[in-house]
Amino acid sequence: MEQFGGPMIRMPSHAKKGSVIEIRSLIIDPMITGLVKNKAGVIPRADFIQSVTVTFNDKVLTTAEWGTAISANPYLAIKMRAEASGTLKMTWRDNRGRHWSTKAKLTVR
Amino acid sequence: MSNDINKRREFLMASLKMGAGLVVGSLGVLGARRADAAIKNVPGWPAETFGQKALNAAMESALGTTHVPVSTKIRVSAPTIAENGGAVPVSVVVDWPMTEADYIESVYLFVEHNPLPLTSEYHFTPANGVAYFAERIKMAKTDRIRVIAKTNKGKLMAAAPREVKVTIGGCGG
Repeated sequence: MEQFGGPMIRMPSHAKKGSVIEIRSLIIDPMITGLVKNKAGVIPRADFIQSVTVTFNDKVLTTAEWGTAISANPYLAIKMRAEASGTLKMTWRDNRGRHWSTKAKLTVR
Repeated sequence: MSNDINKRREFLMASLKMGAGLVVGSLGVLGARRADAAIKNVPGWPAETFGQKALNAAMESALGTTHVPVSTKIRVSAPTIAENGGAVPVSVVVDWPMTEADYIESVYLFVEHNPLPLTSEYHFTPANGVAYFAERIKMAKTDRIRVIAKTNKGKLMAAAPREVKVTIGGCGG
């Protein structure tokens, strides 16, 4: 079973100008704290997503910094005022040099 | 004749080695997501703040103070009782304008008695329209969630502490 990745964005594809839309996201990641013994009696080192960057039309909308207390398979929802059509991009970066990105398009009337 | 044999031997040995190398290499690629890759914090990630073990130290590190006035402008939603401390849904919304002149720039979420109280930190822009986020957090035990917002002008506000009763603690895994 895939342990990492599969990032998803769920948001409306169309919105009225000036309205506020919700952007929901999910990514598969174990968010290992580095504090807990596993069944083998070993404490696996921390392995978790630290940074999330959300841009709209290449301009930073929101950034998030996460610690190990974010639940596994992190869910994140934020909001955005729909002003112009364009592309939303989210990038997740973890403490092991891995990163994932995905995009979603929005049409604003 | 012997040269040919030697050359063939060399070639065979080389290709065996290469073949073995290729097999190891591809295992490495397939196994990469399970391999224990070196720890390398994302540049700019506030390691010192996330590493603080007590709420006051974490607040001091994040905000430069432990004294933040409580404001009803910050609404924290969380279950009264969480069956699974490993995934407690929380949402925060700040009743504040989001204009270029005046907006909520940062929101910090702490779990008072977690081993590392700072849980998450959000940085917003006016384009968000509203300073809002929803996430799922781990809580080691029954505890209080503390949320602090900071405006672009540096004004600090704290939500009233939000208690969540946790039946099964969430530090595992």
